[in-house]
Amino acid sequence: MANIWVVFKRELTSYFMTPIAYVFIVIFLFLSGIFTFYLGNFFGRGQADLEPFFSFHPWLYLFLIPALAMRLWAEERRGGTIELLLTLPIAMPQAVLGKYLAAWAFTGIALALTFPIWLTANYLGEPDNGVVVAGYVGSFLMAGAFLAIGSCVSCLTRNQVIAFVVTAVVCLIFVLSGYPLVLDFFSSWAPRFLVETISSFSFLSHFNAITKGVIDLRDLIYFASLIAFWLFANAILIEMKKAD
Amino acid sequence: MQGMIEIKNLCKRFGPIVAVDDVSFAVHRGEVLGFLGPNGAGKSTTMKMITGFLTPDSGTVIIEGDDLALAPVAVKKRIGYLPEGAPLYADMTPAGFLNFIAEIRGFRGEAKRRRLDETIAKVNLEQVLDQPIGTLSKGFKRRVGLAQAIFHDPEVLILDEPTDGLDPNQKHEVRTLIRNMAKEKVIVLSTHILEEVEAVCSRAIIIAYGRLVCDGTPAELEARSRVHNAVTLALRGGAVNGTRDELRALSGVKSVELLTQNDDLARFRVYPKDGQSLVTTISQAVRERSWNVEELSIERGRLDEVFRSVTTGEPRTS
Repeated sequence: MANIWVVFKRELTSYFMTPIAYVFIVIFLFLSGIFTFYLGNFFGRGQADLEPFFSFHPWLYLFLIPALAMRLWAEERRGGTIELLLTLPIAMPQAVLGKYLAAWAFTGIALALTFPIWLTANYLGEPDNGVVVAGYVGSFLMAGAFLAIGSCVSCLTRNQVIAFVVTAVVCLIFVLSGYPLVLDFFSSWAPRFLVETISSFSFLSHFNAITKGVIDLRDLIYFASLIAFWLFANAILIEMKKAD
Repeated sequence: MQGMIEIKNLCKRFGPIVAVDDVSFAVHRGEVLGFLGPNGAGKSTTMKMITGFLTPDSGTVIIEGDDLALAPVAVKKRIGYLPEGAPLYADMTPAGFLNFIAEIRGFRGEAKRRRLDETIAKVNLEQVLDQPIGTLSKGFKRRVGLAQAIFHDPEVLILDEPTDGLDPNQKHEVRTLIRNMAKEKVIVLSTHILEEVEAVCSRAIIIAYGRLVCDGTPAELEARSRVHNAVTLALRGGAVNGTRDELRALSGVKSVELLTQNDDLARFRVYPKDGQSLVTTISQAVRERSWNVEELSIERGRLDEVFRSVTTGEPRTS
């Protein structure tokens, strides 16, 4: 635990040592504002809720989170510091978790800084704050799942651009798998249970369920197991490919 | 088994390339082992396996009695490692970076502060503590890397090319640092600077094409040189051919080579049979024949020559 914390601290402070943190946070806040107020028609729809705010998060994360995750391991690889890190007396899962949790905490900070939107909704009307909290929980979990995928992909390459593109594509598949675009491709020939399985893998269906205000255990398990799976794969793959 | 590393039958392949082929050796406390070899010979790969970064295909690494494969974290606690090129987190400052190292090595509070001060003083980092590592000069970066490696006063120190790319003063500093730590530690350092081996190592291993080809003290390695114990003799006057024949006739002389000849000065190199000492024989001959000697010196043997001959497969003569 202590080692995870030490790695976590180093990683999180390193975000703020570079412009990454500020650029990421500013762009995230700016875009989420634009999406909410213009595309989401926050004022015009006359409802005191944050639905237009949260509904764009999957799309926002789709390109912002891979940008954050791409450096997690690719940079260690390129700079050779992976050799330093992995010859320190820490176990591989501690290194993976420490770095991952730092990135996740960082997205948590960015997400928390969107609080003015929540204040606005409360000032203008009386939103169901329980639903808002559920929305934040869902968004945070989804960001965690994106990051776990990104962390795993990032460990396979020393090239951050490749890490970014591959992560974005994998995440896109996970987002879209609930969409007719993907499902229609399968529904014409695949058995019904397979189509439903694919659909159940979608970030969107689980995220939307949570943002409706219903925190169902199944949705939590979905995100938790997705994160666990990708991080597990991450640890195994680094162990196998750390020297390449 | 106290104070030692033992490497047994270490092998590592990368695809079709055999990087390390059945390397075994042991190093004891107080020894500074120089790891020599041409680039790509498998030095760094071996060091990466000793420090637990790479997993060997076969073979074992035992450090202070503990098998690295069975207790990696426990073994890594006892090792200080400077990877090749001293990779560091460029965004961090030396202060922040060493603080991270301190915490990961389990130092907290007062002990941490004391150890930080000690290490920073030892490698002279005071003046750059708060500059980002990425902006530091090569010498300072290397010092940060060294500080990281020696921070927890490890029993075993593995240094991959610790002086590579440093200027002569910095090299001297690093070597002094290594020599001062040598007594109570097991130190393995790789280098391709042969003078470094003579300067700091008590033992040297030469590795070529992944195989261990030579193991001995620097003096023993020099003794394998073709010119070891050969005598260089410069004579003024006299017939060159006659002198050469007379030298060749002396007991214990294997061959005589004429190095240079200008005006009436001739320089010979006299090679001994089986590396024996020729000084007495030759000085006696000089006296008996009252040759006019300008120079008389004994060759210790040259490490670079041994290095070349054992790493390129050039026939070795002794």
